[in-house]
Order: sequence, then C-alpha cells, then structure tokens
Amino acid sequence: MLTIIKGGRVIDPGNLNSIMDIHISGGKIIKVIETGNNDESADRIINAAGKIVTPGLIDMHVHLREPGHEYKETIASGALAAVHGGITAICCMPNTNPVNDNRQITEFIIKKSKAASAARVYPVAAISHGLEGKVLNEYGDLKQAGAVALSDDGMPVTDSQLMRRAMEYAKGFGLLIISHCEDPDLVADGVMNEGAVATRMGLAGIPNAAESVMVKRDIALCELTGSPLHIAHVSTKESVAAIREAKKNGIPVTAETAPHYFILTENAVGQYDTFAKMNPPLRSEEDRKSICEGLSDGTIDVIATDHAPHSILEKDIEFDMAANGIIGLETSLSLSLQLVDDDILSMEGLVEKMSKNPARILGFENGIQADLPADITIIDPDTEYVIDVTDFRSKSVNTPFNGMDVKGKAVLTIVGGKIVFDGLE
Amino acid sequence: MQFPKKDILDMASLSAEEIMLILNTAENMKEISERPIKKVPTLRGKTVILLFYEPSTRTRLSFDIAAKRLSADSLSISAGTSSVVKGETLIDTAKNLEAMNPDMIVIRHSSAGVPHMLAGRVKASIINAGDGMHAHPSQALLDMLTVRQNKKTLEGLKIAIIGDISHSRVARSNINGFTKMGSSVVLAGPPTMIPMGIETMGATVTYSVDEAISDADVIMMLRIQKERLKSFSFSTEREYAITYGLSADRMKQAKPDVLIMHPGPLNRGVEISPEVADGPFSIILDQVTNGVAVRMALFYLLSGGVKNADDN
Repeated sequence: MLTIIKGGRVIDPGNLNSIMDIHISGGKIIKVIETGNNDESADRIINAAGKIVTPGLIDMHVHLREPGHEYKETIASGALAAVHGGITAICCMPNTNPVNDNRQITEFIIKKSKAASAARVYPVAAISHGLEGKVLNEYGDLKQAGAVALSDDGMPVTDSQLMRRAMEYAKGFGLLIISHCEDPDLVADGVMNEGAVATRMGLAGIPNAAESVMVKRDIALCELTGSPLHIAHVSTKESVAAIREAKKNGIPVTAETAPHYFILTENAVGQYDTFAKMNPPLRSEEDRKSICEGLSDGTIDVIATDHAPHSILEKDIEFDMAANGIIGLETSLSLSLQLVDDDILSMEGLVEKMSKNPARILGFENGIQADLPADITIIDPDTEYVIDVTDFRSKSVNTPFNGMDVKGKAVLTIVGGKIVFDGLE
Repeated sequence: MQFPKKDILDMASLSAEEIMLILNTAENMKEISERPIKKVPTLRGKTVILLFYEPSTRTRLSFDIAAKRLSADSLSISAGTSSVVKGETLIDTAKNLEAMNPDMIVIRHSSAGVPHMLAGRVKASIINAGDGMHAHPSQALLDMLTVRQNKKTLEGLKIAIIGDISHSRVARSNINGFTKMGSSVVLAGPPTMIPMGIETMGATVTYSVDEAISDADVIMMLRIQKERLKSFSFSTEREYAITYGLSADRMKQAKPDVLIMHPGPLNRGVEISPEVADGPFSIILDQVTNGVAVRMALFYLLSGGVKNADDN
C-alpha cells in the first residue's frame, strides 16, 4: 500500500523547506522527492497543495486521567484529541491514581494507547514513590517498561538532596528529568498570580519567585550533576532569564512553555473564571512578553500544552477551591500559529518548538526523510475558524479559549503511516 | 431615580450616584428603628434568605433585623446546618434555594467571587455580605453613612485604614467607596500586611501609623487575627500593639475632630486600646446602628423601591 502526500510545502527544519512529494509505505516514509507526475501505483494520493507538511507534532506535557479519573479523560480520548489537534505523540504525566511509579502502570498505559490507535503515548514515570518526594523509584525497570522520562509533575520535589540524587540516578539509565518548579511554601494559599489583579479580586497571590527560586535551584543541581534537565511550563520572566543564563554557561538545561503563557495574562481570570485557573498561574503582561522573547531567542525550546482535563465537578465551584489546569491538545497548534503571524517565530521555528526539539530532548527519531516512521502533520495555515469545545475529542471542555477566533489548523494527521485524523474535504 | 442593579456585589460596581441613593435611602430608614413599633409593611410578602457559610454575629443579625423591620420574611441558613455538611455543591444549594422563589439572597462565603457566581445563576437579587478577602459592600456603605453623618460630606476627607489590609474585604470596599466619593485613603500597617499593587485601587501606602493618622479625618482600625502568626505576618501581639496599635498616647497627634472606627469584632489591647475604643472620638457603635439602616435601604432598593430621600 503506497500513499503519496503530494505538492505540500514540506518543512523539516535543518533538512527541508520546499514543495515535495512524500511516499509512504509499510508505516514508513520511503522517499521524499520533488513534486511531479510520479504517481506510479499509488493507492491513495493526498493533495497537500497550499498546505504545510511537517514531522508529527509532539506534546511532551499531557495529563491523561487513566487510571483513576476516567470521567475526565481516558488514554484513548486523550490520544484521539491529540491527533485531532495535529499531534502525533504525547508524553503523559504520572499523576494518575494509582501513580505511574511502577512497571505495571507504565505497561498498562502503553497497552491501552496501542489499542486506541491514535497518537503515540509515551509514559513519563514518577521521580519518587507516590509523588511523595521521599523514595526514588526503580528507574531501570520503568525505562525497560517504556517510560521515556521522569517527573513528579504537579508535586514539586522540595527535598534538594532527593532531586540531586534523582538526577544522578536517572543519568545512569539515560532518562531525562522533567522538573515542575514550584516552592510550595511560597505558593501557600495562592490561587492566581500575585499582583494588583489578585489584590483587587481578594484572591491570594502566587509570586513569580515561587517558580524562579526552584528553577534556579534545579539549574544549580543540573550544573552540579551534569545530568540533562527539562524545566516544565515556564511562566515567569525571572525563569526565562535564569534559563537563558544557564544555557549561555553550557549547563544542559532545556525548557518548555504552554500557549496560555504566551497568549493570556492574569486579566483572563476576569470574573473569577475557573477556566483561567492553572498552575503555574497566568502571569502579568511583562511575563507574557518575556515568554515570547524566550521562544524567539531559543531560551525556551518547546511548546507543550500541560493538557489538564477536569470536569464541572472540579471547575464549576468556588474559584479558590477549583482544580488547576486547562486542556490544550486541540488548541495548541492554532494558538501557536499566532506566534508566526506575530513574527515571534518563523514557520520553521514553530516546527522546531512543536516537533523537532521535543524529539531531540526525548531522543525520538522524527523527520521527513526516508526510513523514518511516517508520523506526519498536514497544516492548513490559512483557515480561519472559531474554537468550539463541542467539536473536541477530549472528554473535557475546560479551556478559556472557547469562542476565540484563530487562524490555521491541522487538517490531516498520520501516525505510523496510518491516517488517524482526516479533516480534508 | 430607580435603582438600576439586580445585585449588590461589591463597591467597585456601584456608581457614585448609586452610592448616594443608597445612603440617602438609609438616612430615611433610620427613623423606623427609632419608633416604638419598629416595623413598616413595605416588603410584606418578600422572602429574604440569609445564607452564611462563615460565622457572623453582627452582620447576620443586622441583615435579619433590617429584613424584619421592613416586614420581609427572612430565613437564616448557616453552613453548619445546611446540606453543605453532606457535600452538596454551592451551585446545587443555590439551585435548590432558587426553586423556592426567594426574592433576595444575602450571602457570606470564605471564597472570593461566590456572590458573583450566584448572581449569574439565580433570578433572586444577591447581596454580598462578605466574600473572602474581596468585598463587603454593606459594611463600606454603613461606614460611609456614619462618616457623612458626622462630617456632613464625603468629599475631601482623609481616611486612614490601619492594620491587616491584605486579608481585609472591609478595607478593599472602603477604598473603592471613599475614593469614588472624592475622599482620599491612606493605608498603614506592617509591609507583610500590605498586598501587592493595592495602590492601583487609588490608595496611598505608608508603614508608619503616625504618618497615616497625623492629618486624618477618620481612622479606621482593622482587627488583627492571631491565625496570621502562622503565615509570619507579624511577630507578637505585643510588638503589633506597640508599633501599629491605636493608643491614647498616639491619639495626641490626631486631629481634634478625628473619628475612630472599627468594623468589629474588637481585639482590645491589640489594634486598639480600650480607652480609645470607648473614648470620645469613637463612633464604633454608631456604625452598628447605621448597619441596620443601610441594609434596610439595600432590601428596599433591590425590591424596586423608587422613593428617593430627597423627595421627603
């Protein structure tokens, strides 16, 4: 069975940026050639004229709620939401119930995701047993089972000695540590960004320093251990500055942010809108601009979503009691394309942040070239539409972006040579 | 002027004209409480629910008396006796109350924004009786009424608010209210109790109580809660009393016609010394009396009352 993606602009940064045809067979890319009358015996021809064809997008920060909270999201619904948003691979965080801190849960996630046959799902296992920050998990066993990285995401590792040892121990297995940087004592009762908006609304604030003190600690530990470190969901200007400085000094640190941190500010909380409540919180305009600068100058390597599904049980309640988090898989690409419109990133730069860099950081093969798995996203950069949660594949609808006008979306998603989302008319 | 609002959620959403109308209406209501028969039939057949998720003596009683003096039927629910203890959500509670067709719901809750949330969900008028650290509009209105009675104006006054500004919904509502009417507000307290960005609400900030009270027309002291020790907001009550408390000695620098206010309950000997609380400048009990009148005015206006005080 031969599939040809014909006449699209193929953007694979560092490799290709031109109108090409891609031949796919047996789940792999078999050749990439100049476009022309080369139909041979194609079983399917996908007309990609006017479209952008990229290596599959990778979202390295996603919360699936299975096992434990399947009413919010299952592995299958999350994997389907991903491909609907043009994402071919996701990394799922371990804060399920039970926690993914052992081989059984890791294997369970992989088994379930294969059955879903949508996006590839790569489990991130916990750094510490039960995310409790007290005992290290069996990293070797977890890696063998299929875990691709380690994180206590959602629960910061407050014990600096444990964090140091985790980084060293993980290095022995070639596993990346992803750090959720947050000092819980500084967060205290905080529920949104500290500042004039929180003060006026009578909500307890979370200072920027609650994030940046931990970013700085983890950079120091990264320098000490020489183990690669990836900093999750960067939201403040101080964190951006610290990471920029660390990179300048050759410390092996990488970082991600999420669309809400470069599009929204604390003002989105408006009239106590719990769909604008997440951790870290939406910050000030100054922070938002710093995040854009960090994306533009390469300080921030990756755009991830921190996709965090919650139902009305956790969201349609008092603001200070509502759960943190918003969903992102089905809005990430459209929102990130705004960065290209605003000249913050080139289209190539965007593909680096959403595909090439996460692959490089996680050690995945990905690109548009012969012999690589055919994980491909086709993007229509010009379609204008209104974000509508009723069109989502996710089981949850908690997003502040519902109703927003956006431009550009994924129209076709291929995973392992198979079309898993087809939005082409 | 017909009162144009369905709900009283905070001072920020009330215009100067609306505030004037409320105060003038309250002025008229005062007389009812001074009659031997303290009841008028104005709101007969109206139902008022007092939904208190936080303990309160003064405010709840004040709303209850206000409703009864206007002949409304008032019913009181507190979190301890409601289905909250059975795990019912706020929205479900509100929907159930709505199903019984109340005209007004007075709500106090420890979470900021709860009155706003309910206002969008129920037909009844919502009166915020205090939500978290956010707002306490009826308290600010009664404070403004009390000041106006004594100073004959709300323009050009200097109001000093002293104490734990961070946790005070009373401070926030008074900043909004007094600045809107043309007075200035200065805040004083330890830096740990001054929230970030509070000056964007139109108040000035000092860490010196002496500076704040030196030319103040009104000094409003806020209650200091011992629980704040846990969040390292101050060291000891002793040091707080010495540095930030209002003592008779400190009063010597105040203006001779200064007014001393406190939203209660008092922590005598901490933020305010007994001599000052009971002294000649204190109008603390007038605040309580005016509370009933202001709440009667709110019930009356939200029920569609159109009678302006100026018509009398």
